[in-house]
Amino acid sequence: MRYLPLTADDRAEMLRTIGAKSVDDFYGDVPKSARLKGPVPGLLNFQGELEVERHMTRLSKKNRAASDGPFFVGCGAYKHHIPASVDHIIQRSEFLTTYTPYQPEIAQGTLQTMFEFQTQVAALTGMDVANASMYDGSTACAEAAVMACRVTKRTTVVMSGGLHPHYADTTRTLCEAAGIKVIQLAPAVDGELELSKHVSDDIACVIGQTPNVFGTLTDLTPVGDAAHAKGALLVTVFTEVVSLGLVKTPGEMGADIAVGEGQSIGVPLGFGGPYVGLFTCKSKYMRQMPGRLCGETVDADGKRGFVLTLSTREQHIRRDKATSNICTNSGLCMLAFTAHMTLLGDKGLTHLATLNHEAACDLADALSAVKGVKVLTSRYFNEIAFETTKPADQVLAALEKQDVIGGVRASRLFPGAGMDNVIVAAATECCTQSDIKAYAKALAEVLK
Amino acid sequence: MTMNSTGRPTSISAADGAGTSVTVSGSKGLLQAEGLIFEIGSTDKTGVDLPRPKGTKSRLGGVTRSAPSGLPGLTEPEAVRHYVRLSQKNYAIDLGLFPLGSCTMKHNPRLNEKVARLPGFADVHPMQPQSTVQGALEVIEELAGWLMTLTNMPAVAMSPKAGAHGELAGMLAIRAALIAKGQGHRKRVLAPESSHGTNPATAAQCGFTVDEIPAAADGRVDMDALKAKLVDSSDVAGIMLTNPNTCGLFERDIKEIADLIHAAGGYFYCDGANFNAIVGRVRPGDLGVDAMHINLHKTFSTPHGGGGPGSGPTVLSEALAPYAPVPFILKTSEGLRFVEHHSEAPDSFGRMCAFHGQMGMFTRALAYILSHGADGLKQVAEDAVLNANYILARLKPLMSPAFAGYCMHEALFSDAFLKDTGIETIDIAKGLIDEGYHPMTMYFPLVVHGAMLIEPTETESKAELDRFCDALASIARRATQKDGSLKTAPHLAPAKRLDETRAARSPRLKWTPETTTLKAAE
Repeated sequence: MRYLPLTADDRAEMLRTIGAKSVDDFYGDVPKSARLKGPVPGLLNFQGELEVERHMTRLSKKNRAASDGPFFVGCGAYKHHIPASVDHIIQRSEFLTTYTPYQPEIAQGTLQTMFEFQTQVAALTGMDVANASMYDGSTACAEAAVMACRVTKRTTVVMSGGLHPHYADTTRTLCEAAGIKVIQLAPAVDGELELSKHVSDDIACVIGQTPNVFGTLTDLTPVGDAAHAKGALLVTVFTEVVSLGLVKTPGEMGADIAVGEGQSIGVPLGFGGPYVGLFTCKSKYMRQMPGRLCGETVDADGKRGFVLTLSTREQHIRRDKATSNICTNSGLCMLAFTAHMTLLGDKGLTHLATLNHEAACDLADALSAVKGVKVLTSRYFNEIAFETTKPADQVLAALEKQDVIGGVRASRLFPGAGMDNVIVAAATECCTQSDIKAYAKALAEVLK
Repeated sequence: MTMNSTGRPTSISAADGAGTSVTVSGSKGLLQAEGLIFEIGSTDKTGVDLPRPKGTKSRLGGVTRSAPSGLPGLTEPEAVRHYVRLSQKNYAIDLGLFPLGSCTMKHNPRLNEKVARLPGFADVHPMQPQSTVQGALEVIEELAGWLMTLTNMPAVAMSPKAGAHGELAGMLAIRAALIAKGQGHRKRVLAPESSHGTNPATAAQCGFTVDEIPAAADGRVDMDALKAKLVDSSDVAGIMLTNPNTCGLFERDIKEIADLIHAAGGYFYCDGANFNAIVGRVRPGDLGVDAMHINLHKTFSTPHGGGGPGSGPTVLSEALAPYAPVPFILKTSEGLRFVEHHSEAPDSFGRMCAFHGQMGMFTRALAYILSHGADGLKQVAEDAVLNANYILARLKPLMSPAFAGYCMHEALFSDAFLKDTGIETIDIAKGLIDEGYHPMTMYFPLVVHGAMLIEPTETESKAELDRFCDALASIARRATQKDGSLKTAPHLAPAKRLDETRAARSPRLKWTPETTTLKAAE
């Protein structure tokens, strides 16, 4: 076994040192009825690297990769180019194979990176403070709802009709368990401002998304004003962090808590995970945040250094009184985000965001020129919703036959919501002009 | 001074070596000083070259950013150097033994990194048509099959994103099952005092109250105390129990505990953080478990990455399986597909995350499992337990084992041997840093005074274990001789002991110009 360094002689010698006859001695407390005669039955035995790699490669080839051809799927995960150096950096042994930085004297690499990440995320969102990541955008959203209830001591939250339905579902799961009532507005392409109408004295927070799951951009400032007037919080959500290179920030809109998905910067699509949840808030709510935080301090020589801090919020100290049960977060994806963001800088991010917006404008123009297509999104960043004359599942299946992966049908997001002919499609810097042309051409044929 | 053939001195005299502890650059040999990107970067710089925009008129509808983020960039050579320099301030399993108890820091096979990066896995979207991702679905199914067989459990929820998230899945399933039986009033969850902090935190998140069970003198659940808590069991929802437990011991009464809880109308949640001790040798399903999360980032070697990502698939009993979260995979005549919505699975307690879980961890864990097979995994558990017992045996004469007898995969010591020395557990831990090791888990579990929990894992050779034991033995000896230099250790690490109180008192959680002033004052 290539991963097990002990030899038979080592094992025998170690047993002698211990004074045990065999390893069976160590398992003496296992109930007799649960003891197995040999390895677990019904499973394969060990295999060499070649055999395992062959098997995994065979499975991987049954999947159609985003880079294999025209690809326009978004809805919470986006195909972006990742500089080669990012993957090199995250594969450094010292980052890849270390633990949560509990021993700061030998973890300054991870801790300084966390501090850089928190600073970058705060600057991007225009918020005061950011934590060191959550599992993904949806769990960040759920934790934001619960935190808003903690802050306001109220127990009802309202979610917009443009909030990613998986985020809404994840939030509902956590809220229901915690005894929090959830009000969900009906799906709407451009309905985020409806939130203002549902604010009252017993609402803890309103949760709006921009760009929303249909791609629509909304200035949530009036929603925040309405919420604040009733003592409620504004929670804003984004699933496309690259948009922050161009669009109004949560901070500028008066968000109290802003959360989102950071996958677009540094993290591959990876069939849905691991991703990196971003969690930010106003300073005054800092001690109510979930998750790890890195803070600046000095060492015994007075030299600047970084440590995990405010851990009295966390489960390992506060146990059942903790702000969340989260322990492991998304450390390595956080590093990927920070490394990619450092390569971009403000200049690169603005440029990248501009290219994304232009690609979406080109896609909207190309598709709206097809007979039977109506683009529904009027203000957007890199994603649009459009309606055709045919059911979206048939349209997408027909496009797939021409090797165009055309987007997500709204009926998959919101079954039974009467949006059967609506498709949500994203265009990033990875979409070429010929990809967009291929899409329009294939769609024209499908709708003929 | 001796010279070599090119006239260079081959040794350095004492005088030449003096005074080099302070350098102009702040670097010390291979250890490079490195500022924050906000100090070394510039908003004029970028490490990406992108095509020129066409100048399309904006359709952002006026929802635009009023000011730039001001974030600095770096070119590629600068960025690579920045992060490589930072990396060198980290300890890692690839550098040496990482005996952090309860964390299972084992070698991370590089084959797993390679397969996770195959474009068919890394470059597929969670929402693309399911007909185009059948291989990805097969990976999830195949891994799920292994996990169910290894645990002898009939179902598994694959979407939880870490151990604590898996605990949440299990406890939410228990909550849903109780409600379905009209037993929603059962809110009391029993948990040993020695449990991981995530257990009570998770129970509280699900609206349960936590009732702590004391440990018996032998480090296991105090059965009399448990029975006393079940005298009136009408409000008992279940128990959360780690096995092997956080003292590194197998709960020998586990079947009786399971029977008692079931008879009381509750469910048995098992924290699977310590599965590495029994994987391939004992199946939790044979012990009466109703739910257990499996940390793929522990037992199945996916890298810890400095604090994640993890992955926490949760196996479920027949009784809890109907309440499993969405999405889950269904086999149909046209292939595999996800059930994504509550409407298709009305008993499900709902969704836990945006997509289908940690696919990047699934591919790595499956490669690990296939590499080992059933026989290799059994050997994993046995070697992990053998290594821990070897450390226990070697250090027993110098340190104080918390409990008598053999341990499972981790050796637990108390600070009794430090009595009257003035040296504390933290000093022993920091002393290990100077010897070139990451410290053990300290002050956990809470039931052992000054606990030191050492988990070597199976991927250490005997020579490495001996080197580690020699180092720790020497520190223990120095401690009993009241060597005061341990109080200020580490002396040889990239940083001295850090002032955590100061960090918490006036938190600075992001860079500001004052951060740089602080550095300049060094």
